[in-house]
Parts: sequence; C-alpha cells; structure tokens
Amino acid sequence: MDPIKRHDVKVTGLDDSQPILFAHGFGCSQQMWRYVAPHFESRFQVALFDWVGYGGSDPSAYDPDKYSTLDGYAQDVLEICEALDLQEVIFVGHSVAAMIGALAAIKQPERFARLVLVCPSPRYIDDGTYVGGFSEQDIDELLESLESNYLGWSSAMAPVIMANADRPELSEELEASFCRADPKIARQFAEVTFLSDNRADLPHVAAPCLVLQCSKDAIAPVSVGEYVHATLPNSAYVVLDATGHCPNLSAPEATTRAIDAFLRE
Amino acid sequence: MVEVEQPPVDDSAENLYEQAPCGYLCTRPDGKIAKVNQTFLSLTGYERADLVDRASFADLLTAGGRIYHETHYAPMLQMAGRAREIALDIVKPDGSRLPVLVNANLERDDTGAPRTVRVAVFEATGRREYERELLRAKQRAEISERRASSLAQTLQQTLIPHRPPDIDGLELSAQYRPAGDGTEVGGDFYDVFEIGPNDCVVAVGDVRGKGVEAATVTALARHTIRAAAVRETRPSAMLDLLNEALLADKSGFCSVALIVLCRTSNGWEATACSGGHPLPYLARANQSPRALGTHGTVLGVMADPSLMDKTTRLQNDDLLVLYTDGVTEARGESDQFGEDRLQACIRKYMPSPKAITAGLLEEVLEFQSGYARDDIAIVVLKVVPPE
Repeated sequence: MDPIKRHDVKVTGLDDSQPILFAHGFGCSQQMWRYVAPHFESRFQVALFDWVGYGGSDPSAYDPDKYSTLDGYAQDVLEICEALDLQEVIFVGHSVAAMIGALAAIKQPERFARLVLVCPSPRYIDDGTYVGGFSEQDIDELLESLESNYLGWSSAMAPVIMANADRPELSEELEASFCRADPKIARQFAEVTFLSDNRADLPHVAAPCLVLQCSKDAIAPVSVGEYVHATLPNSAYVVLDATGHCPNLSAPEATTRAIDAFLRE
Repeated sequence: MVEVEQPPVDDSAENLYEQAPCGYLCTRPDGKIAKVNQTFLSLTGYERADLVDRASFADLLTAGGRIYHETHYAPMLQMAGRAREIALDIVKPDGSRLPVLVNANLERDDTGAPRTVRVAVFEATGRREYERELLRAKQRAEISERRASSLAQTLQQTLIPHRPPDIDGLELSAQYRPAGDGTEVGGDFYDVFEIGPNDCVVAVGDVRGKGVEAATVTALARHTIRAAAVRETRPSAMLDLLNEALLADKSGFCSVALIVLCRTSNGWEATACSGGHPLPYLARANQSPRALGTHGTVLGVMADPSLMDKTTRLQNDDLLVLYTDGVTEARGESDQFGEDRLQACIRKYMPSPKAITAGLLEEVLEFQSGYARDDIAIVVLKVVPPE
C-alpha cells in the first residue's frame, strides 16, 4: 500500500529544500508537532506522518507481525523517505520514534543527514546498573491503564462534549481522534516500545545527533539522556528546562530553538 | 400548621470546596500541587502537608499510570485544554491502590501560557471492578471467536479434497473460497476421485445455508456420492441415491453437478448430470464454451427428481469447467457476474486449468469489490495426452 496514504503524510514548506521529517511518539499523532514543525517551513521541506493506528493513518494497514518489533516501524520511515524521494533527511523523532529513527539511520545511513532525538530512551526497564526508570510490573500496569481507558473512552466517544469556547486549541473532530487508537494496536505498540532494548544499536548511528532531554521527565530521566549522549558516536546534548515527556507541547519555543541551533551548526 | 425549623445550610465557598463530593486539586505549570480539598485527602489518606508544593499529581500514580499520564493525558490537556474520564490508579501512602476517574481542565493566562490545571477526582472502585469484568468477558469472547473461526476452517478443510488426485490423462485445478471473512463454514463443496483405473468422478455442489448445519449436509452429500459411485455407473443414478439419502435424513437440500469420466479406447467420455445446479461448460479450442447436460431437480426436495445424463466424447485439450452460483450470481454495482462474463473469462485464460481457476476467482472477487457474499467453488479439468 502507498505509504503516503497509509501514514497520512503531510508535506509543507519548501519543495526543493532539505527535508525534515517529524515522527510522533507512543500515544498521540503528528498533531504533537503542531507548535514546532511550522517554524521550519520557511527553510526546509517539512514532512509529518502518523504511525499506523494513530491519527489519520489507515488502521487496516496494521500488521501485527510487521509491528512486533521497532524494525517494522523503522521500515515505515524508510518507505516514507523512498515514496517522497527524500535525501539528506533530518529526522526528528519524539520518544520511541527517536529510537525508530536511529534504527532507520543504521539501515540506510546514506539517507540521513542528521537526527534529532527528543526524550529518547534505548531501554525503559532497569537492567543491572543501567537505570531505565521502570520495572516489568510497571509496564504491565501501563498495559492495564490502556485497557481501562479504552472502556472509558468508547462510551464517551458518541456525543462530542461542548467545545472549550475560549481557547479551541483543537477542532472537535481532531480532539475526538487525538491520543485515541484501537486498543489492540495501542497495546502492542506499548509492549514493543517499553520492552525494547536498543542500547547495542546506539554505537552504530553514524549521523550527527542532537539529544534533547527534559530536566524533569517521568519517562526518560536525565540519566538516560546522558547515557544516550555518551553512547552515540557523534552527538550534541541539550537539556531543556521543561517538566514532562512532551517538550514539543509544553515547551515548543525552547524545543524549536534547540533544534534550530543544531541545524545551523 | 407547625413549622419545623430547618438547620442552616453551610454554603460557604470554603465548605463547598473542602467538602465537595469529589476530590479536587489544582496544580501549577510545573505540575506541583498548589491546592487540594479535604475530600481528596480523605479518599487517599494523604496529609495536606505531604502534597501541597511537594508532590505533583503524576507522582501519586502507579508507574504505568505515570506513563499513561505523560503519553496521553498531558498531551490531551495541552492540546485540547481538557481531559475527560481518564481512568487512573492513585497509590495511597500505605501502598494500596485507589482506582479513580479524572476530569481535568487547563487554564491559560492572557498570553496563552498555562496557568493552572484543575483536576476533579472521582472514586471508581466499583465501576472499575465492573469494567474489569467486562474486559475479561470481552477477552473470553474474543478467544471463543478465534476458536470458532479455527474450528470452521478445520471443518472446511474436511469438506474439500485435501489434495486432488493425479489422474493420468487429465490436468486438474480447483479453487474454493468461502463467503465473507472465512470465520464461517461455507455451503459449497467439490470432490474429485477415481473409481477405477479408467473412471473418475467430479462433483461440484451447493448446500443451502452456511455454518454447522450446512456442513453436516455437505459431509453427507460428499460421502453419499462416493458410496453411490461404487454401486452405480450413471451420474443420474448416483444423484438419485443422494436424493434418497437427503430425504431420509431430512437435514437439507442441495444442488450438484456431477460428471463421470470414462477412458475408452477412443479417449475420454464425459457423462454429465445436474441436480438443480448450474451446468458445467465444455470449452474447446476455437469454439465458444457450451453447457453440458440439462437442468434437473434440486436434490432432497422431492421423491422422484428429474435427472438426465448427457454423454460427450472429449478431445485432447478439451476443458470442463464446473462452478457454483457464487461465480455467476456474484453481485457488482448494478448487475450479476453472469454467464457471459464467465464464458469470457474461460476464453481469456484457457488453455491452462490453473490460469482459469485463479483468473476467474480473482475477477469474481474484484467484481464484488473484494468481498465474497457467497461461497465460490471452481473446478477445471483438461484432457491431456496420457504419459
């Protein structure tokens, strides 16, 4: 199937300029980049997409075998690059998409110029002296959380509740689909994300990387960001003064500035 | 009338806040709890001093809940300004869990920067237990469905030949596709078997209905034809026996097209008989495909069916095409697939039996936009020089 339709790929910015590809993490959709991506439209060709099962993607393209490892997702990145004929790609990946981008860049190093890893973690579960921040039981609880919230949402889906009139950040239509996915897909994506271990892949990423770390991140703590920075052969490291795991939403200006500075180097 | 003095209602803002029938708290932009009401403290067992300016709301959640908070709830709040009916577990000071449902609103200042998040927390112990039971029931239902589906497929495989026989002098190809998504047993069947070194039988049939009931009739039909082929030589006599068996069993009725192939010193002779089934086609090079035999009575309905045999001498490269009405009655946007399209398909893909069955199935599926409303069975035989 055509990867452009499959991932609801949206291309803006300058056609003939260097491409910058934004990938969202586990949970929501390309809307996560709405405060960051437009800033790059005056200098780059900007491409956004949704992982299969999220946002405007085609959920019928979900293949549990393909998506049983992050490699399946990395394959999607390469297919999108090929379909758009993107060269010298700047890949910006948030959360698990940071690792997916790293895997894609290992498979086709010639395709990628730079990587921006926003809140990356190569492994979420503690292992010996390595502190990922979570235990396996924690991940089981996450899977349960996903299922409980699926029930709450399925009944709340029908009438779109009265819109927030003073600040309609998202249209009602978008809000109804934002952060919502088929529970089976969400569950497998969560398992693949939080049970993955990509520490051994990091030394093979040849492209220059920027590691963007939040000062207080409950999912990818500072020690993990430092580990990623130390293990990548060629990386810059910037700590954002931001709370939470989504600086692209909570601190979009600082996030944009850091990416912009890295790309001007 | 005696007036009873009503006790005064304490409707001070303070009391409305502290004693609200739900936990209520607000947090600063950095996530730290700025204010919390008494109901929340009573629900969770925390002291005010443990929380205010010390903890953030996410700190009170299970680790899994924190991930959910960061990946779904917080983005939702940032993007939509609110989050509704989020199911979370609060970890109490003694380590036990309190299932809650959370509604939250994000308030922004004049510049659009987040100012505070207001969170209402509802205890949901009973509701969540009920939801867990629903989830378990749903999971059990999914397991049963998978089991039923795999049972249907297994059963289906017993209703068509595992592997058609190799018959010297005949090249054979068959396609079978049950209706819908394959979770139900189809009612079409086919069979090809030898009854001697120079004789073989080809049957294609259609049992009314689907599912387990149809499957029992299909099994009965298939085995009765095999048994009848031992006793009788004419296909009409074989179908007569099947008719009797169906009437005796009272389980259902079906249509069958039967061809008995007999190798003589002059080559193959085909004797065809139809019990209410679409007539097989004989396709010969440079000629239009023509129907073999005459329409007879559907089997299992009346005691004395009209069944007639028609014998044809075959030449090398002759093709026999047997099919079910899932082919001709497939519905497109405005009409049915029909015999004209079927004949066109045969001409297009001949002389290879494999090309005909595969091409015909593909075109019939495409004609109904990929969704087969009825079962489809196709069997094609070609006369080839003996080895």
